[in-house]
Amino acid sequence: MKFGVLQFPGSCDEVDALQAARRVGDAELLWHGDESLQGVDAIVIPGGFSYGDYLRAGAIARFAPAMESVIAFAADGGLVLGICNGFQVLCEARLLPGALLVNANRRFTCRQVELEVVNGDTPFTRAYTAGTRLSIPAKHSWGRFHAEQRTLQAMEDGGQVVLRYAPGHNFNGSARDIAGVCNERGNVFGLMPHPEHAIDELTGGSADGIKIFESMRTSVSDPAAA
Amino acid sequence: MLIRPKAGILDPQGVAVERALPALGFSGVANVNVGRLVELDLEDPEQLQAMCEKLLANPLVEDYEVQLLEESGHAGGNGRGS
Repeated sequence: MKFGVLQFPGSCDEVDALQAARRVGDAELLWHGDESLQGVDAIVIPGGFSYGDYLRAGAIARFAPAMESVIAFAADGGLVLGICNGFQVLCEARLLPGALLVNANRRFTCRQVELEVVNGDTPFTRAYTAGTRLSIPAKHSWGRFHAEQRTLQAMEDGGQVVLRYAPGHNFNGSARDIAGVCNERGNVFGLMPHPEHAIDELTGGSADGIKIFESMRTSVSDPAAA
Repeated sequence: MLIRPKAGILDPQGVAVERALPALGFSGVANVNVGRLVELDLEDPEQLQAMCEKLLANPLVEDYEVQLLEESGHAGGNGRGS
């Protein structure tokens, strides 16, 4: 199983994303200017400040040549994980519902957050059970998830709310404490906190994030069980 | 193009400005929203709406307004809003 980590000018978490992916499988770096996804089995769009986040976070990255291939890959059912800036890119590409707005506290915030797994049946969260608490770092200025009430309700009803901030941890003001969402089909997932930074107790405050990558590996090798 | 947060969506920048103005002695300030202005020269104004929808604004969270000005080197740039 091979992960492809998509790097844009301004990405900064691609090394940790590669490292996390390599704990569970093979991984290689993909370049935003290449249309080819090199035959990888799953895509990770890492955190950072793609194209300087000019205009809006993720707005310009969404039109990179590689993103057209990622959109086609997702349409074929391929697994796409977007972390932080990657989540913003996926929302801008309309692969995920909603948008990410400036934090309600107006500040860049870097802290360990507690999350609750809401849906443990997605290809990205199957190694967890619903209700599990995770401790994972978050670091962003533009992480306030927003969608219309109607969209939010449809997402809740359809199991698209995958992760929530635990009570007291929604520092960015996200609607309904939403920290991670998937598309209707369940093969595209985005979250603001950084599971790739939480793969080791020593440096990540916990190793709770690795199960996202383990879930993806299992889902690729055994799609029927997802 | 004037791009502003949609009504009803929290605009933290606007809130910060709204709090700062009274601190400087300006009273009676309410409903401050901070948007952005994109200026550009182009040959075919027909493209403006598509530009806004596709890139310059995010229609999920922002409203936009297009203002056309004639070439500023000539008759002083009469605005005509649309």
